[in-house]
Amino acid sequence: MKKIRNFCIIAHIDHGKSTLADRLLEFTETVSGKDLQAQVLDSMDLERERGITIKSHAIQMNYKYEGEEYILNLIDTPGHVDFSYEVSRSIAACEGALLIVDATQGIQAQTISNLYMAIEHDLEIIPIMNKMDVDSAMPEEVEDQIVELLGCKPEEIIRASGKTGMGINEILEAIVKRVPAPVGDPNAPLQALIFDSVFNSFRGIIAYFKIVNGTINKGDLVKFVATEKEYNADELGVLQLDMVPQETLSAGNVGYIISGIKTSKEVKVGDTITHVKRPCDKAISGFEEVKPMVFAGVYPIDAEDFEDLRTSLEKLQLNDASLTFEPESSVALGFGFRCGFLGMLHMEIIQERLDREFDMNVITTVPNVSYIVHTKKGEVMEVHNPAGLPDIMAIDVIEEPYIRASIITATDYIGQIMTLCLGKRGELVKQDYVSGNRVELIYDMPLGEIVFDFYDRLKSISKGYASFDYHMNGFRPSKLVKLDILLNGESVDALSSLIHFDNAVSLGRRMCEKLKELIPRQQFDIAIQAAIGSKIIARETIKALRKDVTAKCYGGDVSRKRKLLEKQKKGKKRMKQIGSVEVPQKAFLAVLKLD
Amino acid sequence: MAGIYIHIPFCKSKCSYCDFYSKTDFSQRKELIDCLIKEIHLQKNYIDENVETIYFGGGTPSVLSSDELERILSALEANFLIEEDAEITLEANPDDLTAEYLNALKLIKINRLSIGVQSFDNKQLKAINRRHSSEAALTAVEVSKNNGFNNISIDLIFGLPEQDLASWKEQVNKAMYLDIQHLSAYGLMYEEGTPLWRKMKKGEVVPVDDETSIAMYHYLVKTCVENGFEHYEISNFAKPDFRSRHNSAYWQEKTYLGIGPSAHSYNGISRQWNILSISQYCRKINQGETFYEKEILSLQDKYNDFVMVSLRTMDGINFEILQKRFGEKMYNHCLKSAEAFINNGKLAIDKNFLRLTIDGVMTSDQIIVELMYVS
Repeated sequence: MKKIRNFCIIAHIDHGKSTLADRLLEFTETVSGKDLQAQVLDSMDLERERGITIKSHAIQMNYKYEGEEYILNLIDTPGHVDFSYEVSRSIAACEGALLIVDATQGIQAQTISNLYMAIEHDLEIIPIMNKMDVDSAMPEEVEDQIVELLGCKPEEIIRASGKTGMGINEILEAIVKRVPAPVGDPNAPLQALIFDSVFNSFRGIIAYFKIVNGTINKGDLVKFVATEKEYNADELGVLQLDMVPQETLSAGNVGYIISGIKTSKEVKVGDTITHVKRPCDKAISGFEEVKPMVFAGVYPIDAEDFEDLRTSLEKLQLNDASLTFEPESSVALGFGFRCGFLGMLHMEIIQERLDREFDMNVITTVPNVSYIVHTKKGEVMEVHNPAGLPDIMAIDVIEEPYIRASIITATDYIGQIMTLCLGKRGELVKQDYVSGNRVELIYDMPLGEIVFDFYDRLKSISKGYASFDYHMNGFRPSKLVKLDILLNGESVDALSSLIHFDNAVSLGRRMCEKLKELIPRQQFDIAIQAAIGSKIIARETIKALRKDVTAKCYGGDVSRKRKLLEKQKKGKKRMKQIGSVEVPQKAFLAVLKLD
Repeated sequence: MAGIYIHIPFCKSKCSYCDFYSKTDFSQRKELIDCLIKEIHLQKNYIDENVETIYFGGGTPSVLSSDELERILSALEANFLIEEDAEITLEANPDDLTAEYLNALKLIKINRLSIGVQSFDNKQLKAINRRHSSEAALTAVEVSKNNGFNNISIDLIFGLPEQDLASWKEQVNKAMYLDIQHLSAYGLMYEEGTPLWRKMKKGEVVPVDDETSIAMYHYLVKTCVENGFEHYEISNFAKPDFRSRHNSAYWQEKTYLGIGPSAHSYNGISRQWNILSISQYCRKINQGETFYEKEILSLQDKYNDFVMVSLRTMDGINFEILQKRFGEKMYNHCLKSAEAFINNGKLAIDKNFLRLTIDGVMTSDQIIVELMYVS
């Protein structure tokens, strides 16, 4: 156990985490240069393309230092706020963390919140300045930021470049020398922390764990504490580039277990594995049921695809237990599913995977958060869908979820960002200078406001330089109303939203304007109205298309013209017929992209 | 029966609305004509029928001398079976139509002129950068008639900048006085990338509103019909027996061969289009390389082409041909898609033909989209 080092990497998106990790694998000869497909750890195409890590991963390296063999377990963590619970469990499985900061950009909000999490778990932090090979690196300034943040000495910061390999040996040495070996009693009752799971179509669910105490042997009868299910440990092993089976694993080590589990729901991140015969006294602390926070309707464009959509969602759920879905129906869109997501990125990822991996053509409705409704009769219900809201007269009070948000930005943008947050009903909690001209703003805000085009606007205001992170911060009563959108007098349930009363009129107006832009002109006038109850608060009209004729169609025009019209035809096929009005897919997300 | 189109990609000046391929630099003129003639030789097997029509389009083919045109026509005669009474059209700019030139055209058997008048209003002509004047246009038509041309077409454009409904009516009336056999009248299109389009984007030119444009079209159709013209295609009007045979062939899906940069050809199985640039066209012709791109038409492509070009004509879609070529399933698709438009008066069924009404013409692209089939 003294030769084991468990560590994770904390870094902001694009700060070079995966490239640096690849270098560690290469230097320890875990993978040879030729096998090193760029960024081994991000195995999904989507992860590579977006440069973010969605799933946790683990990989074991062997490293010789001063004549001794060490086992280094790198636990890679997801890099986005939507997955902060998974991050916390990965961190809990480690004794050390590499803090990677891009020398050209400095510290970002994401980094800070994960760093705090690591410090809370008493992890040894090894600060690293990456991308030192880039001309625009500003090591002195970034060094000051790190020193200020960690209270470390400047010489403790390793200067590195994932690209050139600079500093990689120093990092490996530092992992051995500075990160403490795991503690734990191999003879105590088994306590292993599940920090992730993956689905394999041949093997079922594979759970990744770190043994805190005790020893596990192949064939042992084990129990997952939170789910209370029992399994045989059919296969155990460590995670190198491939899975390497082992007969036994004990305290301090990181490994995987295969036990014929078929559904991802049975393996909960943060759960504890113990023996059935000699169980531990208590589970490892910190386990939480992951609850989706953002909900949206997902509907097949073609009603016939409903069952295919269900199958696709089930398959996605196999390796993404945080996705929830239940059937629902919409007057406008027919049969579909109300899906629950961890956050907006998670929603986007699911949508994109449906499209890429399952070729599913779907409409996603306006997302909303989860509300707690208290009725006058004293009932309490959770509402995930504006349509599910009880009659307004029956409602006593609605509570909505709040977040505590951290925004780090250059001082130049503070004014505009504060205006944005104020518009989003944010309350400034505090304002701290991170360093020289960088400020951290802490806001309490309704989560529902973040769902509506907050992140894009923050990025555009700050020219991409503000970083944003949040965690859930309880529920608060709010004055919410249901805003309906009507097309030619017909209410389109899929466009309804729950919104704070003060913002309703302005949102209604902007939605009507946006829909006018997004819905193509048709053979008749289309009235777009926004209403609260029976009161119309905004209206726009799309004038009928009166003229749509090609002047010339001779020999050279036929091909081009046919292709143009065929393209229009394909576009129309992707539209949804609501009453007599054809509505394009993107209109259903209009509310997300209001200017 | 087949047609041949010859593209002459030269213009003395560029009109601001035009997105056809042409150059104002004539330095490659000789080289190009040589290559057109080479292409004619290369493509002699494209058509195995008699050639019924020849059409010089552009660009401005009237910038060529009659000798140059004659060289091209001789090459065509040497390689194709051209009918005795073939329709041979030259697109012409009014400025180019001098008595001497017209006489020469006559001698080389050009028997139809399509004159780019566009407007009889000098202010409007200037706004779209035409090089001729209203007076020149009137003279050109007169001189052409006097020199024995009895199949004359003129082009007009409606919805021009500086043009209101009253002014358009004047243009139409002037055209009616000219005693011509054919009129093409096009609604102005703001084609992306053209100077006029850029002006519109900048707000320097405001397109006429739909209502005015529709009124202009209605006046055009009514006046032409009253004056003995047949409205035979969305933008084309002809005195009896003077329909453009060449253009009609496009809408009837007859075989045509296009010669020259950017020219398109069609033979019922595929469409192909020559490379756009003069330099590359000439280089490839001279080096014996492939100078065109080609698409083989699927049955779906053919159906969509058929619907689109048939609805251009006022005869419309011939159901008998539709059934025979595409079967019962496509016939039913067409009929079902047409239903709503028949009910709102945009399409009409006449005997065994489905055609656009005048109301329908205005939104014909949308109607065609509905009738098309995309799997």
